[in-house]
Amino acid sequence: MSAPARDIRRSAAGPVLSARDLHTWFELRQWGFLRVGSVRAVDGVNFELQAGEAVAFVGESGCGKSSLARTLLGLHQPTRGEVIFEGRSLGTLDARERKTYLARVGFVQQDPYGALPPFMDVRRILHEPLIVHGVRNRAEREKRAREALEEVRLSPPDDFLSKFPHMLSGGQQQRVVIARALILRPAMIIADEPVSMLDASVRVEILQLLRSIQTNHGLTLAFITHDLSTVRHFAERIFVMYAGRIVEQAPVNELLNHPQHPYTQALLGAISDPDPDNALQMREVPPGEPPSLLKPPAGCRFHPRCNRMIPGTCDQEDPPEFEPRNGHHTACWLYR
Amino acid sequence: MASEPLLRVEDLRLHYRSGNGVVRALDGVSFDIRRNEALVVLGESGCGKSTLAKALMRLLPRNVQHFSGNLLVDGVETMGFSEERFRREVRWVRISMVMQAAMNALNPVIRVGEQVAEPLRVHRGWSARQARERTAEVFGLVGISADFLQRYPFELSGGMRQRAVLAMALVTEPDLVIMDEPTSALDVLTQASIMNALKRIKQELGTSFILITHDISTSSEIAERVALMYAGQLVEFADAKDFFGEPAHPYSKLLMASVPRLHQEETPVHIPGQPPNLLDPPEGCRFAERCPSRFDRCDRDPETFRIGNRRTVRCWLHAAGSRV
Amino acid sequence: MRPLLDGLRRMGRYPSALVGLAIIFALVGTAVFTVVTIPYGQALELWRGGDVWRMHPVNARPAWVDRIAGSNLPRTIVVSSDDAVIEEEPFVGGNRLRIPLEFDFDYDGFPSELNLFLTSSHTEREPFVRLTWETPDGRELNLGGRRPAREERVSISQDWELERRLGRVPHVGLFAAEPEGDGPPEVIGGRYRLVVDAITFEADARVDADLVVYGRVHGLAGTDHQRRDLMVALLWGIPVALAFGLLAAVGTTVTTLVIAAAGVWYGGWVDAVIQRLTEVNIILPMLPILVMVGTLYSTSIWVMLGVVIALGIFSAGIKMYRAMLLPIRESPYIEAAKAYGAGNARIILRYMIPRILPVLIPTFVTLIPTFVFLEASLALLGLGDPVLPTWGKVMNDAQTQSALYHGFYYWVLSPAALLMLTGLGFAMLGFALDRIFNPRLRTM
Repeated sequence: MSAPARDIRRSAAGPVLSARDLHTWFELRQWGFLRVGSVRAVDGVNFELQAGEAVAFVGESGCGKSSLARTLLGLHQPTRGEVIFEGRSLGTLDARERKTYLARVGFVQQDPYGALPPFMDVRRILHEPLIVHGVRNRAEREKRAREALEEVRLSPPDDFLSKFPHMLSGGQQQRVVIARALILRPAMIIADEPVSMLDASVRVEILQLLRSIQTNHGLTLAFITHDLSTVRHFAERIFVMYAGRIVEQAPVNELLNHPQHPYTQALLGAISDPDPDNALQMREVPPGEPPSLLKPPAGCRFHPRCNRMIPGTCDQEDPPEFEPRNGHHTACWLYR
Repeated sequence: MASEPLLRVEDLRLHYRSGNGVVRALDGVSFDIRRNEALVVLGESGCGKSTLAKALMRLLPRNVQHFSGNLLVDGVETMGFSEERFRREVRWVRISMVMQAAMNALNPVIRVGEQVAEPLRVHRGWSARQARERTAEVFGLVGISADFLQRYPFELSGGMRQRAVLAMALVTEPDLVIMDEPTSALDVLTQASIMNALKRIKQELGTSFILITHDISTSSEIAERVALMYAGQLVEFADAKDFFGEPAHPYSKLLMASVPRLHQEETPVHIPGQPPNLLDPPEGCRFAERCPSRFDRCDRDPETFRIGNRRTVRCWLHAAGSRV
Repeated sequence: MRPLLDGLRRMGRYPSALVGLAIIFALVGTAVFTVVTIPYGQALELWRGGDVWRMHPVNARPAWVDRIAGSNLPRTIVVSSDDAVIEEEPFVGGNRLRIPLEFDFDYDGFPSELNLFLTSSHTEREPFVRLTWETPDGRELNLGGRRPAREERVSISQDWELERRLGRVPHVGLFAAEPEGDGPPEVIGGRYRLVVDAITFEADARVDADLVVYGRVHGLAGTDHQRRDLMVALLWGIPVALAFGLLAAVGTTVTTLVIAAAGVWYGGWVDAVIQRLTEVNIILPMLPILVMVGTLYSTSIWVMLGVVIALGIFSAGIKMYRAMLLPIRESPYIEAAKAYGAGNARIILRYMIPRILPVLIPTFVTLIPTFVFLEASLALLGLGDPVLPTWGKVMNDAQTQSALYHGFYYWVLSPAALLMLTGLGFAMLGFALDRIFNPRLRTM
C-alpha cells in the first residue's frame, strides 16, 4: 500500500478534495449470488486537489480512471478508504448534505449526445438540476439557464433554449453538458474524457472553454483523459494511473519532460506528433497488455511489462511512493 | 506496368437518399495509390471518408441515388463489372477492408481462427486445414500468438481483436487493404503497436494501405501520401512530407494547427464554424464559410490545381498551378 | 415532448394514418352524438325492452338491405284514430263511433304482423267494438267484435278463427287476392281500410285506436327478436367499446410501464419479485378467470374492466418494457441526473419512461382494439354487462336466437363490421405511428 500522497503546494485553506486509501471494487457474482472475485477498479488511490487547480488523471482504458471519477461523485460506493470534500468525508454525509455535495461538484461526461435526454429541450435540461435542488421560481431558473448558456458561449441563449439535443452539433451538445454542470454553481468540475467523442477541430475549443471557465471562477477541475497530448494545455498537474493505482504525479511540464515511471515513459514514447518521419521508424512499445483487475500481479502492477524490472523486488513488493525530483512523485522501486 | 497505379479513382460520386433529401456524401473524388504505398485519408466526421471506403469496395448502402466515376485497378476499369465479377476478381482478392468498429462485429460464438480463415474458404475454396495453417502464419505477422486461433472473440482484448480483423483482411494476400478508423477506439500503447505491425507488414509483404482516419498524429506513423477530405470532396492530396510540413489548402493549415502536440508549447487553435450540410452544400467552395483567406472567387466552386509534381489542391488561392 | 409533436406532424405523409384517424374521429364523433342524444338512463331503459317497442316489427331487416336487394318490402305503417275522420252519433247514455283507419299499401311483400291497439276511456262499462276490413278490390271482411279493456291489444295476426276462414295467416290473407289454386299468395296494392265501429255506454267515454301494420324492414339497423331497434345497441356500443378499450389500454400500459421502470431502476430483489410475478401471471389463462369472475361475482362491465386491468399489470408487456428500459438505465443522461442529485421517482417518471414513449405509442394504439375485442368476446360468451347495450351483447342475442340459421345476417354482420372498423382504424393509425416513431422501419 502506498503512503498517503504528500501535498505539493498545500494552501492555508487545505485541499478541496482528497482521496485517502480509496478502493472501489466491483464484486463479480455467478448465478446472482456466488461470489467469484472482485474487479479492483480503484485499488488504493491517494491524492489531494487544491482549490482552483486543474489536474488531469491520465491512463489507458481499464486503468480505473472512470471508476475513480464516479467514486468521487458518489455514484459508486468506495469499498475502502474515503473521499474528503471540504474537510468532510462523503461517507458521513446524510441525505441532505449528500445532495448539497452533488450540487457542489459538476459532472461532464464523455458522450455529449448520450449525456443529454433526447426528449428534453435545452431549457428543460438546464432547468432540471435547479428543480431538483429546489429552485421553485421559474424566472430565476430561466435567468440562470441563460447565464449558463452565455458562460459556455452559446449565445444568444434564445437560439438554443428551445432546441433539442439532436439539433445541435457535437460541440454544442458538449457545451450544453458543461452549462448543465455549471448551473448549480459548483466548486469543482469532474470531466470524464470530455472531448474524446468530438471531432479534432472541436476538441481544442471545448478544452479551452473548460479551462477558461475554470480559471474565471476559480473552480477545481479534474480532467480524466487517455490523451496525454492535450493535457499540457489544459491541466497544471498530472496523475498517471495504471491498473487501478496512481503510478506517477507531477506538474505538467515536469512530467512531460522528465517522466520517471517506466510506464509513463512508454506512454510518452508511444504518442506521436504529426511528423512524416514517424513512418520511417518503429515505436518502442512495452510487450503485453494491462493486467486483469480481477487478479492483478503481485508487487508492482507494471512489472510483467517493464524492461527495467528488478527481480525479487518489483515482482514481490508493492512500490511505495518516492520523490525522485522535487514535487515529482512516483511509485517505482527504481527510485528507492 | 510500373507506370499504372495500383488503384486510380476518378471523379467518384455517391449520393444517397435520406429522409430529408439527397445526401451528397461523395462529390467528385479523384486520387490514386501505387503499389506498396500508404495513403491516409483524413477528414472530420461526416466528411464522407467512411462512404469513400465503402464505395471503393462497392459495398453501397441500399438507398443509393447516384453512383458514378471510374475505379481502375491496375488500369482496368471495374465500374462496369457485375457484382459477381467484382466479388470474384476484386473484393477480398485485390482489395480487402477493415471496417470501422469491425473488431466489435466479430461473431461472438465462432472461434476467431475460423472467422479469420473465412475469406480463404470462400474466395479460394481452401480446405479447413490449409486455411488454418495460413491463418496461423498471418496471425504471426500481425502479432498474435497462434494459440488465439482457438479462442472466442470475447476472450480477446480490443487490441487483439483489432489485430484479428486485420489478419482477416490480409489472409488472401490482397494488394491493397483499406482500413476505416482502425485504431481510434484503442489505447495509445495498443495503437502504437498496431501501427508498428502495419509498418512491418508493408515492408514484408509490399501491401498498400489506405488508412481512413480523423487522427492526424497516429496516421503520420505510416502515411506516405495524404488525402484530406472536406464535405464530400478532396481538398488536398499530397506527399506526407509536404502535407505535414507545409500544408497548402487553408483547411489543411487550420487542421494541422488544431492538432495538440505533446512536445510543443504552443496551444492548438480551433477552427470556427461547422462543416456544411451535405443535403444542401453551398454553391461555391464548401470551406469558404470558415476560411480565413476567403476572397470573391470563392463564390465559385474551385477547380483542382496541381502544385509541383505530386500535390493537388482544390482552392482558388493556388490558381497559379496547372489545372487538373 | 417535441419529438412526439414532430412525429404527429409527420403523420400527414402516411395515408393509412389519415384513414385510421378519420375512422377514429368518426367513431368518437358518433359516440359523442349518441351519448348526447340518447342519454345513459334512456339507453338502459330502451335496451331493457318491453312496451316501448310494441309498434316495432320483430326481426326486421335494415332498410338498406331491401334497397340493395332491389325489393320493396313493407315498412311499418301506423294508422292512428287521431288522424282519422271520426263519425260520431251520440245517443242517450252512450255514443256510436265509426273510426275508419285508412292506409295505402304499395309493397311487394306481406307485412310481418298486424296489431290493433285500442284505448278506451270508460269508467265502468266497456264499449263494444266491431272491426271490418276493407280491401282495395272492394271486399269486406268482418273481423268480429269484442269488448276491450282500457288498454287492449287486438292481435289480428293471431286470430286463429280468422286464419281458418282465410286459409292463411291473417297478415297474409288480409292483403292477398282470393286464393286460386296452390300458387303463392299475391299482394294486392292500394288503399286498405279497417273500420272500427264502437258503441260506448258512457256519455263521455272515448275509444282510440292505433292500427300497426308491421313491416319487414326497419330503419338502418333492423330490429331484434324483442322488437328492439338494433340502432340503439350499435350506437351505444361505440362509446362503451371505446371507453373500455381506452381505459383498459391506459390502465394496463401505465401500471405496467411504471412497474417495469421501477423494477429496472431498483434492480435486485424488487426486479426479481416483479419478474417472478410476471412469469406466474403470464401462464394464468385470462379468459377462464374472467368467466369465473363473471359467473360467480358480477358481469358488470366495470368489474370486468377492473379484472382485465388487474390481470394486465404483470403481463408480458413488463418483459418488453424491461428490455427497452435496461439499456436506458445505463445511459449517460441518467448517470448525469444521478450526479446532480435527482431522486428515484424523478428518474423513473421523468427520465426513463419518456424515453420509450415514442416507441410505446404505436403499441398502445394497437392495444386499444384488442381490449374492444376482448369485451365483445366476453359478451358473446354471455358475460356481457347485464344492462348496457353493447356490440357483443347484440351478437350474443343473435347467437342464442340462431340468427344465421334464420337468415338474419344483419344481426351478426353489423356489430361485427363495427368491431372490424374499430380494429381497422386503430390498427392503421398504430402501424403508421410505428413507422414514424421507429425510423428503422421507415426505409423498408
